Amino acid sequence: MNSTEKMNTIDLVNKNLAKRYRAEKRFKAYGIASIGFGLICLVFLFTDIIGKGYTAFVQSYIQLEVNLDADTLDISDPNDPNQIAGANYIGVVKKALRERFPDVSGRRDKRKLYRLVSNGSGFDLRKMLEADPSILNTKQTVWLIADDDIDTYIKSAAKDGKVFTGRVDEQAQGWVKSLMDNDEVETRFNTVFFTNGDSREPEQAGIRGAIMGSLFTMFVTLILSFPIGVAAAVYLEEYAPKNKWTDLIEVNINNLAAVPSIIFGLLGVAIFIGMFGMQRSLPLVGGMVLTLMTLPTIIISSRAAIKAVPPSIREAALGIGASKMQMILHHVLPLAMPGMLTGAIIGLAQALGETAPLLMIGMVAFIVDIPGGVADPATVLPVQIFLWSDSPERAFVERTSAAIMVLLGFLIIMNALAVWLRKRLERRW
Amino acid sequence: MDTSTLFAFLALLMAGAFMLGRGRSLAQASNAGGVRALNSLPSYYGMLTLLWCGIPSLAVLGAWIIFDDLIIHQLLIQSLPQEIRNLDPTELSLRINTIENMAASGMGANAEPYIQNAIVTLERLQKTSGYALTGVALLVAVMTGLWGWTRIQPQLKARNQVENAFKIILLSCSCLAILTTVGIVLSVLFESIRFFSMIPITDFVFGSEWSPQMAIRADQVGGSGAFGAIPLFVGTMLISLIAMIVAVPAGLMAAIYLSEYASTRVRSLVKPALEILAGIPTVVYGFFAALTVAPMIRDTGGIIGLSVSSESALAAGLVMGIMIIPFVSSLSDDVINAVPQSLRDGSLGLGSTQSETIRQVVIPAALPGIVGGILLAVSRAIGETMIVVMAASLAANLTANPLEPVTTVTVQIVTLLVGDQEFDSPKTLAAFALGLMLFIVTLGLNFLALHVVKKYREQYD
Repeated sequence: MNSTEKMNTIDLVNKNLAKRYRAEKRFKAYGIASIGFGLICLVFLFTDIIGKGYTAFVQSYIQLEVNLDADTLDISDPNDPNQIAGANYIGVVKKALRERFPDVSGRRDKRKLYRLVSNGSGFDLRKMLEADPSILNTKQTVWLIADDDIDTYIKSAAKDGKVFTGRVDEQAQGWVKSLMDNDEVETRFNTVFFTNGDSREPEQAGIRGAIMGSLFTMFVTLILSFPIGVAAAVYLEEYAPKNKWTDLIEVNINNLAAVPSIIFGLLGVAIFIGMFGMQRSLPLVGGMVLTLMTLPTIIISSRAAIKAVPPSIREAALGIGASKMQMILHHVLPLAMPGMLTGAIIGLAQALGETAPLLMIGMVAFIVDIPGGVADPATVLPVQIFLWSDSPERAFVERTSAAIMVLLGFLIIMNALAVWLRKRLERRW
Repeated sequence: MDTSTLFAFLALLMAGAFMLGRGRSLAQASNAGGVRALNSLPSYYGMLTLLWCGIPSLAVLGAWIIFDDLIIHQLLIQSLPQEIRNLDPTELSLRINTIENMAASGMGANAEPYIQNAIVTLERLQKTSGYALTGVALLVAVMTGLWGWTRIQPQLKARNQVENAFKIILLSCSCLAILTTVGIVLSVLFESIRFFSMIPITDFVFGSEWSPQMAIRADQVGGSGAFGAIPLFVGTMLISLIAMIVAVPAGLMAAIYLSEYASTRVRSLVKPALEILAGIPTVVYGFFAALTVAPMIRDTGGIIGLSVSSESALAAGLVMGIMIIPFVSSLSDDVINAVPQSLRDGSLGLGSTQSETIRQVVIPAALPGIVGGILLAVSRAIGETMIVVMAASLAANLTANPLEPVTTVTVQIVTLLVGDQEFDSPKTLAAFALGLMLFIVTLGLNFLALHVVKKYREQYD
């Protein structure tokens, strides 16, 4: 090897070096760009949802002076609860609106005027009167929930930029402006959203029913999937002999973990509803379907937790005369519990966000009542989001986003709890 | 007595059985010379009695709950007048449904006399069944519990028996996984077989027209009842392909950067942040795709002069891809980290740059795992439901243009099954046939992924 050839090799390397470094930089930039893409998507998703939904946490109210006189209400005997319950509250509201805007005439204009306040405002008056019967035949200044179109208009007027008028025409806008100028419009925290069940009227629709439905469904899922999952994991880790049967169980568990959730919905329809004749829309059935779906997750994480308990502890227990069951119940399970709980919480968080299998077993029904148990028809939060996102009313868009924020809030709490449990309680040997 | 009260009673009985069994063992022990004379600890005798008391009655209870509807159904049919019983089966089951619904809702006052009679019979049967269940379950609990109690002797190997029972209970819990698989296979298979007996399987797999609405009248337009699933398969593949085009490069590069370049601090911050994307419920992505991404794509297309549908495959695929990024990246991250450091050191020592090392050494070594991960991601994309239900179309277009609306297998399953179902119309059964296809394909992909990983993995240690 002579010196000129050696120089040539170095030259060759040096010549390509700049190019190779550029390639290196490019490659690194691709990596940063990919991560950036993921993070930007995440931020965009969150800002989009929060930007669409934060307005749903407030609601416009319109101040009206209503005259609760017995004649208009159609109450002849104020002591009769049936009459109080069935009285003509809407008539009172309509009358108050006519008095507030005396120059409105014509049936169509009047009907438009009545749409300033929500259809459901009669219920609020009824509640008031039931709470305090002495206000009968008096004039009361009340704040009534504005109709969803009016509410959207008021909110968009409060923001800068383009005012969204939607179905509110010029005349109605004039009324709203006159109300606003006289300070007869107020936006308050939207308690209705958290206390009501579903409704066709956006301003009356709330997520309480869906949250209760989710809670009952999760309750069923937890009490079924956690014990069964832990028991299966204990069997596979501590008892199972190495044979075909055990292999079959393991293959099944791993496959079920990768089966699309909608297939579990088909199973629910065919077996629980078709074969066992269970009713549709029940949190009980939903919980059972979700149990089958989350079991693999719980079994896999519980097995990892049991595996992490060092064999020396088992041997020590067996050595001083504990039986196998005592060894498991008194030593292995308590030590593995934090890890198993973490897995269970993550599995439940998955189940909480699951929609598709619950659609199949009929939890999409329109249910106004707030469920009181696992055997009451109910819907769940993700399904409620799905239902509202289909609704044409614009006010449902912000409510859907708000419901998503609540759902994400629950998920964040659950995941944070899992992380905290893992950090605080998990021991390393 | 309703079922939950019955459960509470049984729990009480079981607690009582535990106390009694334990007490009896102690009493016998005191005759025989103290606790030491017993074969097992007293609580094991209690436990054994509890199991004797609880398990048979719970088994009876479970069987009863599963089968009582069927038996009541049969008895109800027996009680109907002869001319009703002679109706053809579908008509008969319709009548039975009416009766059951009326009985449940309490509206039967104006119905025909035979229906009113049937409602009375049904209510009587249900009441009797309830009483009988309570009686039988409690009786079984007491009888078997007592029998177990009388068996207690100091020589009885209670501990061994309880341990065996414990093991069997654990085993049956882990067999639930097998039962679930069997349940899935049977439920989709049986309904699919019924479907294929109405619609030939070749029409289903190779047909290119999908319009599952059956014509109710002969002259009805639009409802042709065509069940050719090709447009659905093509739509599913199109959307999954778009998702993979987004997710694979982004996920893979993110994994490479995080495992090869990023400092520990950056990694510990970015990795969980990316994994948030995987934890967001799919219904949220669906909302995002339908209300934000799809209009955005449509408007952008409008600006550059393309007509984009507002239910385009692109929007659903794009958002699905975003959802799958963390899935791809965490799976690839694991396999890239598993490549031994010595390979990297060798390559760097020979003078290659870091990117050359990654491209020519690390990625080839990790390739089986990466391919396995991508296959799993594809199976995820195919089975994904909510995003496509909300953002893709219902119309079955046979097209490969991502700007046009397409529909997918999962969308059709949901549309066919949500709402009222008749288990004998091909429309409902088609959902199960599609489910069978979906199950087979995802299962196949999972097996393939496992196989790729197992077969081509290099063992470095």
